[in-house]
Amino acid sequence: MYTDNLDSQNTGRLKLLQSMHIDAPLLLALLLLTACGLGVLYSAGNQNIDLIIRQSTRLALAFGVMILMAQIPSQNFKLWAPWIFLLGIILLALVLILGDVGKGAQRWLDFGFVRFQPSEMMKLAAPMMVAWYFADRPLPPRFKHLIVALLLVIIPTMLIAKQPDLGTSLLIAAAGFFVIYFAGLKWRLIGSFGLLMGALTPVVWHYMHDYQRQRVLTFLNPENDPLGAGYHIIQSKIAIGSGGLYGKGWLNGTQSHLDFLPERSTDFIFAVLSEEFGFIGVIILLALYFFIVMRGLVIASRAQDSFGRLLAGSLSLTFLVYLFVNVGMVSGLLPVVGVPLPLVSYGGTSMVTLMAGFGMLMSINSHRRLLRK
Amino acid sequence: MLNRTLIKDLYMEVRMFNVRAIVAALVSIVLICMLLLRLFQLQIIEHAHFDTLSDNNRVRLMSSAPNRGLIYDRNGMIIAENRPTFSLDITPEEVKDIDVTLQQLADIITISERDIKQFKKALRRHKPFQGITLRSNLTESEVAVLAVNRHRFPGVDFKTKLTRFYPMGSSAVHVLGYVGRIDEKELQRVDSSQYTGSSPIGKVGIERYYEKELHGKVGYRKVEVNVQGRVLRVLEETPPEPGKDLILSIDARLQKIAEKAMGDNSGALVAIEPDSGEILAMVSMPLYDPNLFVHGISRKAYSALQKSGERPQFNRALSGQYPPGSIMKPFIGLGGLDSGHVGAHEDIFCEGYYLLPNEERKYRDWKKTGHLDTTMKKALAESCDVYFYQLAYRMGIDRIFSFLDLFGFGKKTAVDSTGERSGLLPSREWKKKTKKTIWYPGETLITGIGQGYMLATPLQMASATATLAKYGLRKQPHLLRAMRDKLTAETINNPVPEHKPVVINSKRQWKQIISGMKEVVHGQGGTARSIGYDLTYKMAGKTGTAQVFGIAQDAEYDEENLAKKLRDHALFTAFAPIKNPKIALTVIVENGGSGGKVAAPIAKQVIDSYLHNNYEQ
Repeated sequence: MYTDNLDSQNTGRLKLLQSMHIDAPLLLALLLLTACGLGVLYSAGNQNIDLIIRQSTRLALAFGVMILMAQIPSQNFKLWAPWIFLLGIILLALVLILGDVGKGAQRWLDFGFVRFQPSEMMKLAAPMMVAWYFADRPLPPRFKHLIVALLLVIIPTMLIAKQPDLGTSLLIAAAGFFVIYFAGLKWRLIGSFGLLMGALTPVVWHYMHDYQRQRVLTFLNPENDPLGAGYHIIQSKIAIGSGGLYGKGWLNGTQSHLDFLPERSTDFIFAVLSEEFGFIGVIILLALYFFIVMRGLVIASRAQDSFGRLLAGSLSLTFLVYLFVNVGMVSGLLPVVGVPLPLVSYGGTSMVTLMAGFGMLMSINSHRRLLRK
Repeated sequence: MLNRTLIKDLYMEVRMFNVRAIVAALVSIVLICMLLLRLFQLQIIEHAHFDTLSDNNRVRLMSSAPNRGLIYDRNGMIIAENRPTFSLDITPEEVKDIDVTLQQLADIITISERDIKQFKKALRRHKPFQGITLRSNLTESEVAVLAVNRHRFPGVDFKTKLTRFYPMGSSAVHVLGYVGRIDEKELQRVDSSQYTGSSPIGKVGIERYYEKELHGKVGYRKVEVNVQGRVLRVLEETPPEPGKDLILSIDARLQKIAEKAMGDNSGALVAIEPDSGEILAMVSMPLYDPNLFVHGISRKAYSALQKSGERPQFNRALSGQYPPGSIMKPFIGLGGLDSGHVGAHEDIFCEGYYLLPNEERKYRDWKKTGHLDTTMKKALAESCDVYFYQLAYRMGIDRIFSFLDLFGFGKKTAVDSTGERSGLLPSREWKKKTKKTIWYPGETLITGIGQGYMLATPLQMASATATLAKYGLRKQPHLLRAMRDKLTAETINNPVPEHKPVVINSKRQWKQIISGMKEVVHGQGGTARSIGYDLTYKMAGKTGTAQVFGIAQDAEYDEENLAKKLRDHALFTAFAPIKNPKIALTVIVENGGSGGKVAAPIAKQVIDSYLHNNYEQ
């Protein structure tokens, strides 16, 4: 029923990977990226080996999840999509009703044995749902289908924004929007949508929490509040800028090792890399990310059905958005919105979600129906 | 309708997707390029700016204070030193239980409620790795007890600081001056970068005049700190350069003898070595303790100083301007001999008063019955006023002015200390300028006996006496003999400026004046004969009595009934031995009354000690 990809049968090892439904270029890029990430984390965490062991364990788990996901035929994802989405919505509602409060926001569900962040699940469930919705409909979509799809995106986005978790809700909105985009949203509508967003900005501002507004204000002028909210951004820019072309060398970053850089193992780890490896290191890292995104788009364009194509395209672009938001935030291009650097920042949940997404990509790439020629 | 919605055009869908994927890829490239541009801006274009900011974050310049130079007297005795004072510091992060530690510390040394309160207050403000002072100025026994028990108190440390200490207490306070905490005004006056590590600065006296030399050069340590300010390592170090040691011309033993001889009187004493101009002793009474000022004087102690009425901080030796009185007679006399207005053996008749031609006012002699026939020698020995009225009248104010000017009257001596004043040598021009009137002949007469407008500081009088003793040799009076550089162990003598000597027509005239001054002490009618009986050497002197207020015509002068404040100042100036003068000095006792009775014995004690090299008290 299934067959291997025809254009890469060079070595036995590749064959083995193919039989495991693993995409070799993507795997290689992910391994390289996470290895670099561990190196930077070792420095950012003040050479704390425990930290590295914990992160490695998570990475192993995440790669395990990826391989697992790759084994599941993509048709199954399509079958399960509505149910996963429904479950996600219910869990999000539960979070709002009885979730744990952490750092001023309710994000966690505590089941006693495990704490779970339903918004992470929604990062995959939302694009899956929209892709499912468009999969069997003729594309480009008609206007009423577009409205339904938009609703499917807006509901989880609003629920997560309510927690409040602005970063994640924006990522989910982006993931859903990318599906709609690939489904064939008219260019004209994209343009009008952009204008609408601009017009909606004051409304959004009105509904924002104080700390969210503060972040935006700080972003616009960090030097206004150098010891308060602007401190993160200023110190981060100093770390990046002082790195120069070649960087200060691994483990030699003064901004990071003398504690001037806050959150340096998590959200601001990119600043550590920039400080220690300079512009050269930054180019290499961004090249790796770019390769992964491009590989995802290639996989998407080769997918056999609409569901796979839309989902793969959306997951790839969302990965780029992660990168862009994080690096943009750390370098002062965007406001601080608590988005980690994908696969490099210390922390587990988002990493597992991301690798699950890459597993889906590999599944889409490798589980193919024989086409009648 | 339904049919149309269900038809999927797969080929078109794939084509549309591919177009969109390519657009997405292009947008991705644009986004990545935006990030790269931003990072290029930060890391390449603005790199220098951020590199500076990064260094500013982590590098701190810490000053290390130089050790202040020590001050020695001419015999190598230390008169200003730096003593370690101990304070007890607690580093909170190294202490397990602060309350228990405080309790245990209180068992072995005195810790007041206030100490604990202040410590707790500071505890909230400081970072846990910063030491907080619990007690300062620990006594030696407390330091000893703590040293023995130190193992019991991790995180508890002594801190040593060198602070200025004047081992002689109040003795020579007006020579040395004192150091105190630097204030705003001083920070603007000096190179403030030199005072970043320490607060003491010389406030008056030698401590201030030689501040630059004593202070040394501040050292720096470039250190790397983390975000809490904890020092992680030293990047660069420039050690401080200690200040130079000063060796003064003062003889601390003689200074003490002089201070003791002055007793409870207010006044001043300046003793000079005529050969060199070195000041051997410089006393201003009353004294005060400079150690009070080192740590900042308490308000109570300061107001006690101010209220004493005697102004102990006023350095009478340099800043006190007194009418010199009869002290001026040898100088006027010498001027008269030099200009030929009087002969050494010429008699001038004194009938107890002097009348100016065409004037009714009587210029009285101190001796109502008069000195009768009086020569220069006798006039000096008995301090005849009429003789000098006559001589002054003959010379005229212009000649008096220009002759006294040769001895440095009316001008600062430029001694190396603070607060010196110029005194006043009156002249026609001076009077026209300040009083807007002409000079009256009567004023010439009283200038002839050192009264009237004339004012001089004890230092000026002592310096002029030294010049007289050496037949006109003028030496710059000074306090600093030499400076010693601690680093090179090199001693550099103080280069003292040269002055033109006072030259008169005949050397014999010096002798004639000095023999008159010898009669003051050793002669039958000498005003200071009471000190001359048991002298083992020959001394030349001159007594003086300076009027604090004018006595009305024909009024009786009743010393006993006058309030002490209104009594005359007693003066005595002298040098000895006459043949080879080793010491010249001037004493002034404020409101002391008679120079011969009060001031001369003080001078005798000091000169005795110095010439006999006997400093037992």
